[in-house]
Order: sequence, then C-alpha cells, then structure tokens
Amino acid sequence: MHTVIIGNGISGTTAARFIRKWSDHPVTLISSESPYFFSRTALMYVYMGHLRQKDTQPYPPDFWKKNRIHLIQAHVTSLDIAHKLLQLDNGQSLAYDKLVVATGSVSNFFNWPGQELKGVRGLYSLQDLEYIETYSKELTHAVVVGGGLIGIELAEMFHSRNIQVTFLVREKSYWDHVLAPEESAMVNRHIRENGIDLQTETSLKAILDDGKGQVKAVLTDTGETIPCGFVGITAGVRPNIDWLKTSPLEIERGILVDAFLQTNIPDVYAIGDCAQLRQPQPGRQAIEAVWYTGRMMGETLAYNICKGPLAYNPGVWFNSAKFFHLEYQVYGQVPASLPPDQDTLYWEHPDGKKSIRINFDKSSQAVTGFQTMGIRFRQEVCEKWLANRTPLDEVLPKLALANFDPEFYRRYETQVVQLYNHRFHKNLPLQSPRNILDKVLQFLKN
Amino acid sequence: MRSPHTLQKTIGTFAVITGLALFTASLGLNSFSLREKSLQTHLNNDYHYEMVAPFAISMLDKTYSNSLTFNRDLHQVLKQGQEAIRQDLEQNKGLGPSDETYWSMVMQDYVVRSVKLPITREAAQGFLSDHAGMTGGLALILVLLGSFLLYFPIWKQLPGIDNTGVFSSPLKSRGWSGILLGSYLILFYLILYFYPQHLVNWMIIVDPISYRLNNGPASQWFLYGLLYTFVILVMGLRMILKYRHNAYQIWRTASVMFFQTCFAFILPQLLAWLNQPAPDLKNIWPLDYSFFFDYRLDEMLQSGTFGLFLLFWGIALTLIGVPVFTYFFGKRWYCSWVCGCGGLAETMGDPFRHLSDKSLRAWQVERWLIHLVLIFAVVMTIAVVYTYLPKQGSGLTRSVFFSISSAVLLFAMGFVWFLNKKIKAAIPRRALLIGTFTGFAIIGIGTWGIMAEKEYLFWVQDYQLRSWYGFYVGSVFAGLVGTGFYPLMGNRVWCRFGCPLAAYLGLVQRISSKFRITVNGSQCISCGNCSTYCEMGIDVRSYAQKGQDIVRSSCVGCGICAAVCPRGVLKLENGSHDVYQRTQQTRAIHISETEVTLLN
Repeated sequence: MHTVIIGNGISGTTAARFIRKWSDHPVTLISSESPYFFSRTALMYVYMGHLRQKDTQPYPPDFWKKNRIHLIQAHVTSLDIAHKLLQLDNGQSLAYDKLVVATGSVSNFFNWPGQELKGVRGLYSLQDLEYIETYSKELTHAVVVGGGLIGIELAEMFHSRNIQVTFLVREKSYWDHVLAPEESAMVNRHIRENGIDLQTETSLKAILDDGKGQVKAVLTDTGETIPCGFVGITAGVRPNIDWLKTSPLEIERGILVDAFLQTNIPDVYAIGDCAQLRQPQPGRQAIEAVWYTGRMMGETLAYNICKGPLAYNPGVWFNSAKFFHLEYQVYGQVPASLPPDQDTLYWEHPDGKKSIRINFDKSSQAVTGFQTMGIRFRQEVCEKWLANRTPLDEVLPKLALANFDPEFYRRYETQVVQLYNHRFHKNLPLQSPRNILDKVLQFLKN
Repeated sequence: MRSPHTLQKTIGTFAVITGLALFTASLGLNSFSLREKSLQTHLNNDYHYEMVAPFAISMLDKTYSNSLTFNRDLHQVLKQGQEAIRQDLEQNKGLGPSDETYWSMVMQDYVVRSVKLPITREAAQGFLSDHAGMTGGLALILVLLGSFLLYFPIWKQLPGIDNTGVFSSPLKSRGWSGILLGSYLILFYLILYFYPQHLVNWMIIVDPISYRLNNGPASQWFLYGLLYTFVILVMGLRMILKYRHNAYQIWRTASVMFFQTCFAFILPQLLAWLNQPAPDLKNIWPLDYSFFFDYRLDEMLQSGTFGLFLLFWGIALTLIGVPVFTYFFGKRWYCSWVCGCGGLAETMGDPFRHLSDKSLRAWQVERWLIHLVLIFAVVMTIAVVYTYLPKQGSGLTRSVFFSISSAVLLFAMGFVWFLNKKIKAAIPRRALLIGTFTGFAIIGIGTWGIMAEKEYLFWVQDYQLRSWYGFYVGSVFAGLVGTGFYPLMGNRVWCRFGCPLAAYLGLVQRISSKFRITVNGSQCISCGNCSTYCEMGIDVRSYAQKGQDIVRSSCVGCGICAAVCPRGVLKLENGSHDVYQRTQQTRAIHISETEVTLLN
C-alpha cells in the first residue's frame, strides 16, 4: 500500500515518519520547495544569521534513506483521482494507493493596486526567504503590512539588518483580535522600543511603482505615502489549494475533512494548514495553521492509515511565540475579549515586560486558560489543571508548579496570589517553591 | 544597512588587533647575549659546565637580535657539550651505559631542554627590558579599550538573545579570520609547551606582577595563568553583558570568573610565596593527571599538616566530591561552574560554541575517545603510584595499593550493574560489557604483573606512560587542540573528546544523577537553535521535538539551549523522580497508547 504525501512540511513529514514507525508501507514525500524537511518557523533565524538553512533541518539527509521514506523534489501539477495518479512537473506520473494532501498555506494578497510589483512579497516559503534576501542588500526602508505573527517576524528580521521598518497594522493594537488588551499593549510598547515605526489603525491602500516595475512607496488609508524598497505582505495565510479547485475534492476555504482527516474521496486525506475540519471541536477553529496541530494531524493520520480509526483530537489548546525578545505562551482559551461567564486574573510586572493571566469560570471557578508574557509556564501542569477544570483557589497556592523559567530567575507567584487575595478578599497561602520538579512529577502522576 | 555601531566596532577591532600585534611584536624587541654566569648557574653541575663552557666561548662576545638565533646557537653549544661529556665518559673515564655512575654523570636531554629558558631570560637585554612596563601597558590599554568598544554596544541593545550575524561572520564561521585566530592560538600553545624560551620577553613584561604575587620572577606558567585569567575576566564580562537578561548565565559566568581568579590563579601564587605546595585547589584528578606523580606526592608528604590536607582534599574531591555533587546537580557543578578549561570555553569560547559537530559520527568518536583517555589516565596513575610505593613493609605497599584500586574498580562496576538492574537506567548492554571487560582487564593484567613479579605493573615503564600522557593528552590534546581549535571545531573540543574528568563526571551523570533537561510538553517547533548552540554537539532538538527529557553524559549544563529556545521548551532541573521514565523511550506527544485504547 503506497502512501504518497504532497508536501514535506511538519504535517506531511510527521505523517511519513509515523507511517514508517507503525508499518512497512512504502511512503513517498513530494515537495518542490525543499529537498528536505525544515522548520518553517525557523526561516527568520536563517535570515538573521542565527542558523544556517541546514541547521533548520531536524533530520540529517541520510535519515530518509535509512527510514525508507522516498523523497521526490518536484511540483505536483494535477491529480487524477479516477486512476489514482499524480502528474509531476518533471514529466513523471506517480501512482498512489493512499494520498495525503499536506500542501500548507500561501500568503494572503487582497488585490491591492501594485501588489504584482517587484519587491512585494509574503514570507512563508524558502523561496520567499531567498527573494527577501536578494532584496535586502541595498535596502534601507521596508514596509510590513499586517499585524500577525509573521509580520512581527519580518519586522524583526529587517531590524536585525538595521533596515528601518514601518509596520502597518489595521487593528487598534498589535494582534488585538487574539491578545487581550494588556498583552497587546505590551507587545506594542516592545515593538516601538525596538525602534520599529508601528502604525496602528492603518491599512495599505496601494503600492506605488518607481516606473521600472519596482516598488517605490506605499500609500496608506490615512493618506500617507511611505517611501520604501520592499513591501512585506503578512496579512495572514490561506490554504494552498488553488491547484485542486477543479478536482472532485470538496473544498471550502480549505480541503474539507472529517474527524479521521479523510476528504470526500476515499483514500485521499488532507492534513495541516490546508485541511478544514468539517466539525471542529468546541472552541476550536476549522483551520488552525499552527505547527503543533499540523504535527498532531500527521500523527493521527498515520495511525488511521496503519492501525485503525482514530478521531483527531488536538487536546487542550496551546501556542507560543516570541515577539522580538518577548516570549509568549498560552494554554487553554484566553480570548481577546472576555466572555461574560468568565473572569480574569491579570498580573503585570512593573517593568511592563512580564505578565501572567489566568482566566476562570465565574460560577465554578474552574481555570479556563493561562497566558504569560516574558515568563515560561509548564505545559503538562497547565494542561492537567485545565483538563480537570481545577478551581482557581486550588491552582493558585500551587502556582509554582507551573513555572518553567530557568533556575535563579525571579519568581512572581507571590505577587499573583497577593493580587488575587487583595481583589477577592481571600487569604490563600502560597506553597513553598522548593524541590519543584519532584512536586511537579508527583502532581502529574497522581 | 550599516549598524549604528559599525564605526565603534571597527575602531574596537582595530585596537584589539593592534594591542595583540604590539604584544606579539614585543617578543622581538630585545637582544640576547649569553652570560657565562647563567650557564654555570643553570647547568648546576661543575663537570657539565666545565665540558660545555669551551663551546660557549664563541657565543659570549656576540649579541643576537632575537631569541631564535640565540637559541639556535645555544642549542648547538649544549649539544656539543653533551656529546663531549659522553665521549669523555666513554673514552677517558672508561664508563659505559651499563654503569650506574655513567647515568649520573651524563648530561641528559631534559637538561638540554630545561636550561634554555632560564639562560635565555638572563641573556635578554635591550628595548623591551628597558621599557617592559610601557610596552605591556600600551598593549593592555589597547586590548581593553578595543574590547570595550567592541562589546559595549551590547549594552545599548535591548537585553535578549541576539545571535545576529553569527553565521555571516568569518571569525565565527571558520572564515579567513577564524582560521587565522585558530592558527595564532595553536602556534602560541606550541611555543608555550615546547619552546617557552621564545616567550621570555612576555615573562619580563609580567615580572612585576609575579613579584607582587609570589615574590619571584614569572615562569611560563605564571605568564600563561595570567593571560588565561585576563581572557576569562574580559570575555566573562562580555558573556554577562550578552546574557544579562538571564540570571542562570550571570551566576554561572561569575562563578567561573571567581574560581579562575581566586582558586586557579591568586591562591597558588600566595601559597608559593609561603613556600607551600601550590596546587590549584579546584583541579581534580584525573584532569589534574599529575596529582599522584612521585614529585607531587613527595611535595605533599613533606609539607606537614598542610601537605596532608592537600592529599586528603584531592582524594576526597575525586572519590567523594565528584559522585556526590554530580548526583545532586549533574556534572555542570564542575564543568560549567568551577573548571578552568570550562571557564575559558564559556567565556572566550562563547562566540564559537555553534561550531561543534552535531553529527552522529562525531558522537560515536566522542564516546570512544573520551573513555579511552579516562582508561589511559587510570592505568597510568595506578602504574605510577605502584612504582612509587615500597615493595615490602608494613604500611601501604604496592600489592596493598593494587588491591585497594581493584576493590574501588570492582565496587564501581558492581554499583553500575546494580543500578541498571534496579532502576532501569537503560545503559546500553554493549557499553556495560565493554566497561566491565575493561575493568577486569586492568585488574587481571595488574594481578598477573604482580604474580610475575614485574618491576613495572603493566609491562610498561610508568615513566614512559607518564611522558606519553603528558605529551599527547596534557599538552597536544588539552592545549593545542583543546583551545587552538576553538574557532575551528567549537569551544569544547577538549571537554568533549578528551577530558578524563569530564568522562568520569559524565558516567556519574548518566548513571546516577538528579539532573536532566526537562522538555516542556509539545511546545518545540524544531527550529534548531538549541542543537546549533550546544557546545557539546548534543542534538538537543532530537529530544525536544519528541517531548523527551534529556540525560546525556556529555551535557555540561551551560543552559544555553534553554536560553536560545524561542518557545521556552527547555529547562535545566534537578529532581529525584522519574528521571529514567521520562528519558527512556519516546513519550508520545499526542497519542499515548492509553488514550488510543480508550478511543477504540
């Protein structure tokens, strides 16, 4: 049973690895982007000179042969579902028994005038990075459009090369449809502290031509013209499925899949960014273009192919990011605006660079989400509290168990508990933070 | 676009290079003329002096412009004298190699080697000797000023991880300047270890400091210690500046700076002043491989209570300190908090940490090489002490000592087998068998040697073992390769491939320690920063992306993997629970087997 996987990103690669782990089926992994799997999230570090491209490859080149995962570097041009055949751009065709579409995303472009000019590009693929690299040599000023995770990465990348950045964000504040106002404001401050010209409530209206097909400036909806040599378009991503539009696959925004990641066509599956769940779990999105969910889908799908039916269950939501030097972690649901049945405990360090937020249910007191800035929390501990719907009164005295900052770092559990006691007129104690790891492991076992 | 600090950094680089160039050039700023008196003083043997002196006449009225030509002639003179002595003994005195007096009268090679340095020192005169303070001071000011200009801009940046441009800098990525620096360092070690007579001008420069600290002139080891400490302090400040947002890095760096300055450098100087044995109190056998050599044992045994304390302290550190501290904290308590080699690696070596080889092949070579060095050190030490001890008597005789050594080895092996069975430490079977075989081989061959009443325990002269170890491991590996290869193979080449103490600490860490690097659930994005910046060449990511806690014998616990991780995935921790359960097999990220059965 030959499984062919289109796309060697985290989803496709994870599926291939686990199919190999759990079976001896032949597996083929196709990509036109890169001969080997690399960490997409690490592209920025290659640009900044922290890493070489080969350092972003989690497995050495001989890994694939050793594990009998057949690699093809080619672009799939069309899909013949009736004959179970793929047509490749190198003229070959490839037969499959099971097909996995894991083609990821493409950058959103919203038909701005001038978006086809040279020097306008998103950041998603290796080729995008190479393009940006060739433009960076003489660049003095770049504009980044769109206030999401890739936008801030791109701003940081240019900043590392002393290229001035104007960062256009449509919203009132950076990423404020995801982050609560306090955290969003913290990131705003940090962006500006780094010398980035952050312009909120500003959208791109048009990109101006220098007369030679090159970008010369952007025009914003506030009427300002900003001269620049490069425009980074980071207004989100959408599933990379345009090439399947004419196929019998059922497609909405992404390829529609059931809980077993199967499309409407038997033996054809879709995972990762390009898949759209028909019935996402409560509180979750139909498309989650996140590294972690891609990996989980790959693992689940391999199980389905090799072992038996297993519904995709992403578990408790978590995510993380780093905004310049500001680390961010979230476990559970911490929405930008608080639902009426929830309350929040938010502590922020006076330096404005660290915070801890715990959301909880008003009536049952059960914790519903943890979000930290500049402080690391332990996933397994938070996950257990969230899964068990542990009341806040039980969580707070043990908050030290959740801390994952390096040794010798200052701890802030006392301040959080004090804040809570003060706000709710309680008198919760804080358990001693000694031998934490032993206590954590005991807690996780029980 | 250019950085706002480009000019500052260019001037800084220029100043450092000029300072170094001036310091290097100072080696040529003296002339040398032989003093008859120094030949007599340092040969310290009237017969030898009488035989050598006639050959030295041609040198006496000459002034040499540099130490190279001076030593070329001096070598000639000494060799001619040596040959004349040999002929005189054989032809005129009728002695031959079979006579014992022949060997006490002949001029040995080591004498030829060791008199060159003091004779050259006394022969030095001229510009540098007259202006030593000025030359040294100017070089020092240039290097300090340059370092300040180079590293102060870090302070202007916001605190946080910044490895920008590491892979585009030729110095930090084996480019031309990296190779140049590596060559300079290798050359320095080559001269320091084998031709110190060419470094006398530097010793003259640091003499005033030496007199202040130990009331004597600077030896090449004083010079080396001073330079070493200086580099650790300057680059340590840079390290603290770079990681000023990270309390673990600040404390750790401050610790290696403290131990180098006080324990490795100043304390021994003061002890030497007091005419006491002057060891580095934090240097532990087998890194301090000469601890049990005859002259060190003699020195300690003849220095009263303090000497006995040193003997006890050294043995206690090896047999109790290492296992106990490593059990509680991992080998980091030594390798990245206390050790001098580690101190240099973590400060001067920090800009080169990403150059370590992460391949599986390198790991295989590492495991063989480092453990072979450990075995070599153990065998050599047993042989040396064996020869040192009396054959018969009431106290510690040779056979009693060998029995004790065998018992310690047997105990260690038994302990490992017991642990492996009891707590499933998952030591690979092959490693267990090789280790056990080696242990029994040492005990067996030794016992056989005793039974056969061999003069030398392992059929090889202990003197021979000592000189091999001293040359290949002590000088070439630890110095030339260990530090010279910083810009070529990363900053821990010696610690990773050669240090026998690291091997010993690593065995304890792997087999019985609370230390591990905890992986934070499934937050890893496989970016590769941790693996890239691991100076020990551990592929940290391969564990992190599986959610598997890390216990590796080579991990020195520098904590940089946790520092550079953009998602807060790694944490260095000590805890007694579950260490082997969490590191043994892959802990599934998402589907655990129990979950699967529930769903089916």
